[in-house]
Amino acid sequence: MAQILWFENYQPADAPELGGKNASLGTLTGAGLPVPPGFAVSADCYRKALADGGLTGQLDALIAAVDPRDTASVAAAGERARALIGSLGMPADLDAAIRAAYAQLCDHCGDGDLPVAVRSSATCEDQPDASFAGEHDTYLWVRGGDSVVAHVLSCWASLFTDRGIAYRLERGYRQHVAAMSVGVQQMVRPRAAGVAFTLNPLNGDRSQIAIDASWGFGEAVVSGEVTPDNFLVDKVMGAITRRTISAKTLEYRLTAADAVTAVPVEAERQSVPCLSDDEIHAVAKLARRAEKHYKCPQDVEWAIDGAQGDVLLLQSRPETVWSRRPRQAATCNADPISSMVQTLLHPSHGTPEGGC
Amino acid sequence: MADRFPSPFEMPTPPGAEGWQDLYAYSSVFSEDRREYEDSAFWFMDGVHSPEVIPPWDATIVEYALIALSQYNTRHYVIPPARGVDMRFLNGYMYLSPVGVTDPKEIEARIPEFAERAGYYFANWDRLYAAWVPKVRALIDELETISFSPLPEREDMAVITEGRGTGSALDLLSTYHRLVDLTLKLWQHHFEFLNLGYAAYLDFFGCCKQLFPSIPDQAIAKMVAGIQVDLFKPDEEIKKLARLAVELGIADRIAGDAPAAEVLDGLRGDPQGDKWLAAWEEAKQPWFNFSAGTTFYHTDKVWLEYPDIPLGFLRAYIAKVQRGESLERPVEAVIAERDRIVDEYTELIDGDEDRATFQAKLGLARTVFPYVENHNFYVEHWAHSVVWRKMRDLGRVLVAAEFFADTDDVFLLSRHEVSEVLFDLYHGWAVGAPSRGPKYWPGEMARRNGIMNALRKWSPPPALGVPPEVITEPFTVMLWGITSDSVRRWLGGAQADGGLSGFAASPGVAEGPARVVMSADGIGELREGEVLVAPLTAPSWAPVFGKIAATVTDVGGIMSHAAIVCREYGLPAVTGTAFGTKNIKTGQRIRVDGNAGTVTIID
Repeated sequence: MAQILWFENYQPADAPELGGKNASLGTLTGAGLPVPPGFAVSADCYRKALADGGLTGQLDALIAAVDPRDTASVAAAGERARALIGSLGMPADLDAAIRAAYAQLCDHCGDGDLPVAVRSSATCEDQPDASFAGEHDTYLWVRGGDSVVAHVLSCWASLFTDRGIAYRLERGYRQHVAAMSVGVQQMVRPRAAGVAFTLNPLNGDRSQIAIDASWGFGEAVVSGEVTPDNFLVDKVMGAITRRTISAKTLEYRLTAADAVTAVPVEAERQSVPCLSDDEIHAVAKLARRAEKHYKCPQDVEWAIDGAQGDVLLLQSRPETVWSRRPRQAATCNADPISSMVQTLLHPSHGTPEGGC
Repeated sequence: MADRFPSPFEMPTPPGAEGWQDLYAYSSVFSEDRREYEDSAFWFMDGVHSPEVIPPWDATIVEYALIALSQYNTRHYVIPPARGVDMRFLNGYMYLSPVGVTDPKEIEARIPEFAERAGYYFANWDRLYAAWVPKVRALIDELETISFSPLPEREDMAVITEGRGTGSALDLLSTYHRLVDLTLKLWQHHFEFLNLGYAAYLDFFGCCKQLFPSIPDQAIAKMVAGIQVDLFKPDEEIKKLARLAVELGIADRIAGDAPAAEVLDGLRGDPQGDKWLAAWEEAKQPWFNFSAGTTFYHTDKVWLEYPDIPLGFLRAYIAKVQRGESLERPVEAVIAERDRIVDEYTELIDGDEDRATFQAKLGLARTVFPYVENHNFYVEHWAHSVVWRKMRDLGRVLVAAEFFADTDDVFLLSRHEVSEVLFDLYHGWAVGAPSRGPKYWPGEMARRNGIMNALRKWSPPPALGVPPEVITEPFTVMLWGITSDSVRRWLGGAQADGGLSGFAASPGVAEGPARVVMSADGIGELREGEVLVAPLTAPSWAPVFGKIAATVTDVGGIMSHAAIVCREYGLPAVTGTAFGTKNIKTGQRIRVDGNAGTVTIID
C-alpha cells in the first residue's frame, strides 16, 4: 500500500485506507468537481508508525480501561494517548514522502510556500461509513514541509480526542481497528463560504437546495458561531425562492500572524448579502452535481475563492436527518379516484409561493 | 382581522340605480325570502369573467355557464365534497358561492357514484373527447344558420300554396327560443369535460405538493401544459399573415395607421394584394371569432367585427419581421424544457411506487389538459361571438319595428323579456293595430341606461358573507383562484407598504414602469418594457405580451388566461393580487416576482 495517495488518482478500492473524508475528496475529484488539489497519507502509515513505535498495545490497554460514563476517565486516557503519539516522532521514510508530496503540490499550485489544510480522516474497519464528523482535528493555513509533517502527527493524535474516544465507545466500535488517514489539501482564502443541503431541511423537500453562507472561512458557519445568510434555491426551476440575510457579526480570517482567527465583521458589511445571485446559483449547481454523483441528498461544504472567484467544493457527505427518517412505502395515493376525492377534501393547492 | 365579509344585505343601491333588481331574474338576486341561507354563505365577485356590470341579456350567458357547471358537479359526476356554484347579481355584478357537501356520511356515500361516473369518462376520455369537437362545431354551425328578419307585410304565397299553416311570427319567436336553447346546450357541453379535467389536474397538483412541499405552482403547470394550443391559433394566424405580407412585398401598404377597411380595400386588385387578402379571409374563419374581452359581454370586441384589432397586432409583427426578429415560438426548446423539468422531478422522487404514481397522474393530467386549454376557443370565443352577432340581428328587427333606437338596446332586456317583446311585436303585426313597444321601450331604455351607468360607478367588494374553512369546489380554486389564502388576504387588506401578493403564476423576476390597463381598449398604450397591471387579461391580448416585461392581475389563479399566456411567453406573472389596479399607479416602478408571487412598488 502506497503511503501517499493523490486525490486525482483515487480508486474506490483505496477507500478503507483513506477514511471517509479523504475518500470523498478523491471521489469528488475523480467526478470532475472543483475540489482543491491535494493528497492523503494512508491510514496504514499511522498503523505502521504506531506498531513500529511499540504503541499499539499500550493504546489498546489504555482505552480498554476507560469508563465511558466517566468524563474524567475519558479525558485522562485521551491526554495520555495523545502524548504518547506526540512523542512518537515521524518515521524518516514517511517524513520524506510527505515533504516530497507537499513540494509537488506547491509546484502544482505555483506557490513554493503553499498554504494547506491538514485534515483528519478517521477510518474504522467495522464502520466504513461512519462519519466521525467533527470528532477529530483539522488544521488550517499550514505552510512549509516542517509544519505539514508536524500537523500530520497532530491529526494522528487527534484520533484520541476525548470526543473521538467517547464517540467510538458509545457506538461500540472496536478501538484498535480505528485508524487515521490525513489529508493535505491546497487552501484558498475564501471571500465567503458555508454549507449547502441538497434538500430543504425544514420539510425534506428534495427539489430545493438550502445554502448557509457567511463571510470568510466556512468554520464560522460549520461551528455555528455566526447566524449565516440563508438561501433556498429551486433545483429544477433554478429560482432563488427565499433569501434571509442575517447580521454576520464575525468571520474567520487570515491574520497578520498567518493564522486563521475569528474576528468581528465591520458594521457596514454585517447585513450585506455575502453571495451574489450568480454565486448562489453556482453554489447550488455545485451541490446538485455532488448529489447527482452520489445519487442521494448531500450535505456539502463550499467556499468562494477570494482571488479567482471560483466556487470550490471542500466536502460532501450524505445528508442524514431526512435521509434516515423512516419513509412510508408511498407518499401519494395511487388510486386516481380516491386520490381525487382526498385532494378535493384536503386541498394542498393554491398557496402562493413565499418559500417553504 | 375581521372573520367575515360584509353582508350582501348591507350593500346600498348606488344612487340612480333604484329598481336595478327588476332587470335580472327574480331568482338571481338576493332577497329576504332566502336571507337566512344567503347571509350565511360566502360570496365572491366573479372578476375573472364579469369584471364589469352585466347587462340584463348578457346575464343569460353567465347564468347558463354557472347552471351547467353546477349541474355537472351535482347531478352528473356527483363530486363528493362539492355541489354547484350558486350565483347572485348584486348592483349588476355577479357574486358566486361554492356550495360544499359538509356531512361526512354524505360525502362518503357520494364517492362510489363519483368513481363510477368520473371513472367512466377518464377511462374513455380519448373516445369521448374525440366526439366533443364535432359536437360543438355542429352546434356552432346550427347557431350560424339562425337568422332574424322583420315580419313581412303579407305571408308569402308559398305559405298558402304549401298549406304550411303557420306564420313568420311563430318562426321569429321559435328562432329566438332556439338561439337561447342552443346557448344553454353549448354551455352543457362546455362542462362535459372541464370539471373532470380540473379534478385530474388538482390531483396531480396535490401529488406534486406532497412529494415536493415547496414545488412552485408554475413548475406543475409547465409539466402539464400543452405545446400546440388552439387558444393561441389566432395569434399564430396573425404571425403567418405578417410573414406573408413581408414575403409578398406589400408590408408598406399595411403599415401606418389607416383604418382596416381602407387598408384592406387598398390591397384589392393586384396579384400580391389579392393573394394576401385571400389568406386573410381564410384565417378569419374561424380564428377571428376571437374576443378582445372576457367574451361574456356583448360589448366585447370580436376581431371579425373589429378588424382594426388584429390589424394593429399584425403591424407590430410586420415591424418585427422587418427588423429581422423571429416570430417563431421556440417550440422545440419549450418541449425540451418541459421534458427536463419532468425528468428532474422524477429523478428526485424516492421510491418506485411514488415515481409510478407521479407518472400516472402526470399522464392523466396531460390527457385531460388539451380540453382545459382548448374548449375556451370553441365555446367562449367562437360560439359567443355568434350568439352576440345573432342577438344584434334581432336587435335590428326591433329597431326596424321602432321598439327602440339602438340595436344594442336589445341587451338591456332580460332573456324572458325578449319573448314578451317579440309577442308584443307579433300581436301588433297580427292584429294590424299598434304594438305597445314603440311607446313603452324608448323611455324605458333611457331609464335602464341610467341604471346601468349608475351601477358602473359602484365599486364591488371582492367578497361578501362568511368564508368557509376550506374551499373544495375545483373551479373556485383552479379558475377563480379563490383559496383560504386569498380569502385571508382580502380580509386583511393589502400590505402596509402597498406591496401585493398573489399567485406565482409564471416564473421569473422583472422590474419596470407600471401601466394600469382597465380594459382591452387601453392595451394600445402599453410601451416596450412596461409592466401590465390589469384587472385580468384576455387571451386576445396575446400580441402585447411580446413587448411587456411582466403582468400583474387583480383576479385569477394559476390557470387564468394571464397565467397561461405569460408562461407561454416566458414572462413573470403574479395573478389574483386583488388590489393591483387599485394600489399601483401608471408610471410607478414595480418589481414583479413571479417565483414568489409578490409585487413590490419601488417608487
